[in-house]
Amino acid sequence: MSETMSEQTASFGGVQARAGGPINEARIAIRNLDFYYGSNRALKSINLDLPDKQVTGMIGPSGCGKSTLLRTLNRMYDLYPGQRATGEAMMDGENIIAPDVDLNALRAKIGMVFQKPTPFPMTIYDNIAFGVKLHERLSKSAMDERVEWSLTRAALWEEVKDRLNTSAMGLSGGQQQRLCIARTIAVRPEVILFDEPTSALDPISTLKVEELIDELKHDFTIAIVTHNMQQAARCADQVAFFYLGEMVEVDTAAKMFTAPQQRRTQEYITGRFG
Amino acid sequence: MQQAATIAGLASGRRRTAIGDPIFAALARVAGVFVLLLLGSLILSLFIGGLPAFRAFGAGFLTSTAWDPVHQAFGAAVSVYGTLITSILALIFAVPLAFGIAFYLTELAPAWLRRPIGTAIELLAAVPSIIYGMWGFFVIVPIMSQYIEPWIISLFDGSIEFTLAGMDIQFPEVPILEDLFSGPPFGTGLATAAMILAVMVIPFIAATMRDVFDTVPAVYKESAYGVGCTTWEVMRSIVLPYTRVSVVGGIMLGLGRALGETMAVTFVIGNADRISSSLFSSGNTIASIVALEFPESPAGSLKLASLLALGFILFVISFIVLAISRYLLRPKLKV
Amino acid sequence: MSATTTAGSVPGPAKDASVARRLGRRRHRTNLIIEALCVIATVIGLLLLASILLTLLWRGAAGLGLHIFTTTTKPPGSHGGLLNAIVGTLIQTGIATLLGTPIGLMVGTYLAEYGGGGALANTVRFVSDVLLSAPSILIGLFIYQLAVEPFGGFSGIAGCLALAVIVIPIVVRTTEDMLRLIPTALREAAAGLGAPKWKVITLICYRAALDGIVTGVLLAVARIAGETAPLLFTSLGNLNWSTSLREPMSSLPVTIYQYAGSAFEDWVQLAWVGALLITIGVLALNVVARFALRRS
Repeated sequence: MSETMSEQTASFGGVQARAGGPINEARIAIRNLDFYYGSNRALKSINLDLPDKQVTGMIGPSGCGKSTLLRTLNRMYDLYPGQRATGEAMMDGENIIAPDVDLNALRAKIGMVFQKPTPFPMTIYDNIAFGVKLHERLSKSAMDERVEWSLTRAALWEEVKDRLNTSAMGLSGGQQQRLCIARTIAVRPEVILFDEPTSALDPISTLKVEELIDELKHDFTIAIVTHNMQQAARCADQVAFFYLGEMVEVDTAAKMFTAPQQRRTQEYITGRFG
Repeated sequence: MQQAATIAGLASGRRRTAIGDPIFAALARVAGVFVLLLLGSLILSLFIGGLPAFRAFGAGFLTSTAWDPVHQAFGAAVSVYGTLITSILALIFAVPLAFGIAFYLTELAPAWLRRPIGTAIELLAAVPSIIYGMWGFFVIVPIMSQYIEPWIISLFDGSIEFTLAGMDIQFPEVPILEDLFSGPPFGTGLATAAMILAVMVIPFIAATMRDVFDTVPAVYKESAYGVGCTTWEVMRSIVLPYTRVSVVGGIMLGLGRALGETMAVTFVIGNADRISSSLFSSGNTIASIVALEFPESPAGSLKLASLLALGFILFVISFIVLAISRYLLRPKLKV
Repeated sequence: MSATTTAGSVPGPAKDASVARRLGRRRHRTNLIIEALCVIATVIGLLLLASILLTLLWRGAAGLGLHIFTTTTKPPGSHGGLLNAIVGTLIQTGIATLLGTPIGLMVGTYLAEYGGGGALANTVRFVSDVLLSAPSILIGLFIYQLAVEPFGGFSGIAGCLALAVIVIPIVVRTTEDMLRLIPTALREAAAGLGAPKWKVITLICYRAALDGIVTGVLLAVARIAGETAPLLFTSLGNLNWSTSLREPMSSLPVTIYQYAGSAFEDWVQLAWVGALLITIGVLALNVVARFALRRS
């Protein structure tokens, strides 16, 4: 490897990585996390802090474990026997991985937006109300307010305010994904996990969702898995690089994309593999 | 109102939401077990109900051709024979036709015809069996009695003779076939019942065959066409071998249906208590004899027990056929 | 002998075009014959369907009239109708569907959501298939033993039970198939919001699979509406007007059976009318169900 890091400019692929600012305190502190699919160890001793009200981007080639880590945080793996996690993921003094955790309450605090938009087979209004009703008892007017608030923050309100009682299946792909975002923030979580949220969307919708994430981080701690490095560069404050189940490096976005320390990180970012 | 994150925040409240899941899961499991109990009690009730007959006649019940309410002697042989003969004959009629229909639908028919014809064949399957019985009795039986049966009987009994170009031609008496197709042409009987059953069973077998033929990956068929095979050769050398097991499974499914069919058969089988060599003779199947003799079987009588015993035998036969068919039709393991 | 091939290194005799042509003609002929036979088979199938439908229409329409729907069954020669038979079928079919559908729904849910590939689930699935294909006359005998003999009499409710047993496996099959089609992403999205499993199933999965499940129920109704054999041993049929579930109850298929085999012309005519009515109802249900399924 002949090129020296200092000769690289501070821009990457023509996109400016955001300037390195201070990283906040950890909202979730992951320590020595292992994850197993059966006997296959898919995550190896992960140590990572998710800073409060900032965006952590997780990048790496396919199959390196970044989605697995995300799904560990909201205990989605509990749905599938044979999958288990050991170690710690501390939030507010409690370990998310511990067996006695109330999963339904946990998922109200840690929400997830999936790769594929998944509108429920009901009206737009009911889609938003569904999650809220699971955890809170609101009057009709309070629920109306909450629905409007969620849709507004998801940048969807103007487009759907006149058809709240029509089926959500009639929305376009980009709108459906913003609906899913609205649905997730409606339950007022503290952390939102995004699992490749724009890979199924067209470029314009992708841009809208990225702007959204930028807005949302003022109120929510965000972790986003993406295979698109430019997206990570645009959106994230902190970036973690994963490879074969290990977290190779984590740093501010600016440093990650200009002066990564590890060789594998450098190779991935310059497109040598993955 | 923010959800406050308390020390006990995550672990508490578990009790509140934890009731719904176990209750619903238990309900689902109970329903599953209920179905098991349902079948179990069905088998048991038939067996227990038929026990007096099994005890009275022993294993001879299966081989006895008696059916004598006066002397209280009952046997299963006539109805078991009728059940097996009509069903097997029905398959012999149905399978080639069903194959022809399936072949046509999957390979030969123009695209716009496939859906309507497919739907029409499926509608054949939806017609209730009593309709088949009536149609069989009022339409097919007269045709059999006036045209088909006399013609076939005369083919083999040596009664056809005519002069052609100065030569006297007489059809010989054909030994076995003569007995197989003999007797007064009533129109009702085992052969007619087999034909009605065949019509009922064709749509099932054709539908299974069509579904199974459609699963052959296009790549295999294309490679055969690529070396110059005709459509029939592709079917014979590629599609049929690939789907052989499922095709047999589908045929067995049709067999299972035919074995238990009641109303279609009852109208046309003629209700006789003996086994005769002729296919045109009247007879009985297990289903038809149960339907016909039940009204005159008082509760607790040996006759009723014999009918229940027959029901048990029918269940055993259908169960075996169904189990084989299901085994053959199981989805192939993905490699 | 024809010209040799240009690839002189290929062993064996040279390509003989005339042999190939002869073979080709024969193969082509065989293919044509078989294709013709298949067309004939299809035509026969369609002709059979046409024969059945036309016979029904021709014989049944002749006896159609308002009195069919307003008069009950009466002795031969008294200008009876089919009112009690129609009502009896509606009652028994309706109650059987109400009884059998929830059970079938829960079993289908068990198989798709809880049982998976375990031994108990596989057994339940197999047993459900056995019940699905079991001769309906045996189900009639079973309910006779269970609900008629111990209580000393035939009854409408026994008929409902027999039909319900037929409904259950049909609904089980469709429910399981439809639930399995729901993408995991949808389930995870609901679980991700904090919904417990039973809410994911009842509020999300049932709604998503609703079209398919309704189709299954419609097909089950079409099936039991035409069933005769199970009713012969349970509700028996009743030539008088009765809507009591504790008495024998009339039904269209049983009435058709009794009338068609009788020696009275007007009864036979009524049998045809009844046959026409049942067939129209059953085929209509089937067509509706299938088009509903295609739409979803």
